[in-house]
Amino acid sequence: MSQTTPIAESEIIGHFGPYGGRFVPEALIGALDQLAAAHLAAKNDPTFQAELSELHRTYTGRPSIITEAKRFAEHAGGARIFLKREDLNHTGSHKINNVLGQALLTKRMGKKRIIAETGAGQHGVASATAAALMGLECVVYMGEEDTKRQSLNVARMKLLGAEVIPVTQGSKTLKDAINEAMRDWVTNVETTHYLLGTVAGPYPFPEMVRDFHRIIGVEAREQMLSEVGRLPDAILACVGGGSNAIGIFHPFIEDVNVRLIGLEAGGSGIDSGKHAATISGGTPGVLHGTRTYVLQDKNGQTVESHSISAGLDYPGVGPEHAYLHDIGRAEYRAINDDQAMEAFSLLSKTEGIIPAIETAHALAGAMIIGRELGPDAVLLLNLSGRGDKDVQTAAQYFGIPL
Amino acid sequence: MVEFDTPLARLFSRTKSEKRAALIGYLPAGFPTIEGAPRVIAAMVEGGVDAIEIGFPYSDPVMDGPIIQDAADQAIKNGTGASDVFDLVKSTAALGVPTVVMTYWNPIERYGVDEFGSALMAAGGSGVITPDLTIEESARWAQASVKSQFNRIYVIAPSTSESRMPLVTSQCSGFIYAASLMGVTGTRNSVSGDARSLVARIRSGSDLPVAVGLGVSTGDQAREVAQYADGVIVGSAFIRLIQQSATIEEGCERVRELAASLSAGVRG
Ligand SMILES: Cc1ncc(COP(=O)(O)O)c(C=O)c1O
Repeated sequence: MSQTTPIAESEIIGHFGPYGGRFVPEALIGALDQLAAAHLAAKNDPTFQAELSELHRTYTGRPSIITEAKRFAEHAGGARIFLKREDLNHTGSHKINNVLGQALLTKRMGKKRIIAETGAGQHGVASATAAALMGLECVVYMGEEDTKRQSLNVARMKLLGAEVIPVTQGSKTLKDAINEAMRDWVTNVETTHYLLGTVAGPYPFPEMVRDFHRIIGVEAREQMLSEVGRLPDAILACVGGGSNAIGIFHPFIEDVNVRLIGLEAGGSGIDSGKHAATISGGTPGVLHGTRTYVLQDKNGQTVESHSISAGLDYPGVGPEHAYLHDIGRAEYRAINDDQAMEAFSLLSKTEGIIPAIETAHALAGAMIIGRELGPDAVLLLNLSGRGDKDVQTAAQYFGIPL
Repeated sequence: MVEFDTPLARLFSRTKSEKRAALIGYLPAGFPTIEGAPRVIAAMVEGGVDAIEIGFPYSDPVMDGPIIQDAADQAIKNGTGASDVFDLVKSTAALGVPTVVMTYWNPIERYGVDEFGSALMAAGGSGVITPDLTIEESARWAQASVKSQFNRIYVIAPSTSESRMPLVTSQCSGFIYAASLMGVTGTRNSVSGDARSLVARIRSGSDLPVAVGLGVSTGDQAREVAQYADGVIVGSAFIRLIQQSATIEEGCERVRELAASLSAGVRG
């Protein structure tokens, strides 16, 4: 029996330089091919695009506005700071952009059941919402640790009619919820779509989820030009898996004078080893079906991540970010828990906007970058979500009795 | 290029001439302890297991059900690393049984792709099963396998399409791993009916031996699968016995009994 040469890796779509690809059980290949084809067809289908736009206009509440944060900017070196208000979307974060897109694809593929993983609960809530809207069955996997940190969102998902399955394996957080969702998918792939919530995972997820979030950057680019009269000097976004960041970065990639800055969760500090800053503190490897930066030990075991923010508490990152980092087009910095909570409090008190703790990492980044660039600079920040879900965590952090 | 002449390849020639299927037993390295693993393997071999598949315990085993997940967790807590995996390959191969490693891809990439192949061969191993390495990502792995002459074994699933099947089977050597069902590892009350037709589909395009895994746990199930497959792979059923036993002696005794019953099964 002869062994033929396999297809060269570079010939396969779905790579970003050395990153991306597909590292999954063979059983999933058929479903991933079906999904890639459905995504490609939808991308070029005006009917699909019109249906999604109409949903965004009448349901999500798009376009989301931009708000200049003048009082907050006083604490950020006086730079002008514009917030892209994804927190005002229905369900309270950017996650709905991707979820509505994938839910429509699910219907097109003739599947009746969606499964999702969730960390902060925002993606789970968005998925449960879309399932309710479109009459799909919805099961959400959530690390047991996260069901405690984000109990409000667990209740929301249940009220929306979804089943929430607490995951007790491993670190009991987002990474293990993804493992369980993949196991469910391998078993039920005929009837089920895995509605992955970020730009990670095997091809076509990183491309597809990015495409559904590009609307953030497309709108923001127009808004900056028409309302401010210029492109920003830098764009900032928090990075967990990287979906809100790639959504706002991507339409600006060709604008080489616009710096793209991703803020990762530094937890207790990178040196402490207790963090979730995958690009700043990890190494290339494979996790959840894709090659990217990973927090791992010398044996290739994934190391548990740590962050006050459940939505950033993930030891991997989308492969396109790994690539943008390596080629120098985007920069990634770590913001620790305390810096994020300071920014959380500051935005609440100076602008009357309570951000998600995930988003607070980007705000802390703006305070640093704003001081570096000075008062002439214009910053655009993706305000990825609102902080209602985080009231309990924040109250505990600031010692406010509940 | 010819099939690499490994102990694994020779085993299938022998079982074929004996008109029976080969029995392949799975155990993660470091389970139940680093020292205990060779004892469990010895018990499997005494009971009649023909080849051993050593699992590289990994933190995110998406193809595995709860039994193997728990065993892998325990092995990782025991501090099991690559050197323990290769030590176990060495002691197992020294028993005269063909030995393969089953590992998710990241530990290989972390160890070094070529280095993993040479360490395996130095330890006397025959091949590697890679449950999450798609053929599209396997160019470096193929080169390493040609260099070190080990068998690389991929999984075929019931969902693998007709057009894809030859792309995967042409990359295999030693044997082809047929996943009996759409799902993860674990014990099942019956072997999925998909397995028989999947093996037939594989055989129509490949002369390699085909071994069936996922869900086989009893002698009767092994007998049924042996009617149409060249190999029967059993993992979770062995591990569950160790997990249910109070001592390693008791566990090994029960593993030996199960191996004997499965071994009778593969002989029809
Ligand atoms: C408000 C908010 N921002 C950001 C994130 C992080 O995800 P991503 O990096 O994919 O945008 C989450 C995840 O739950 C979130 O809820």
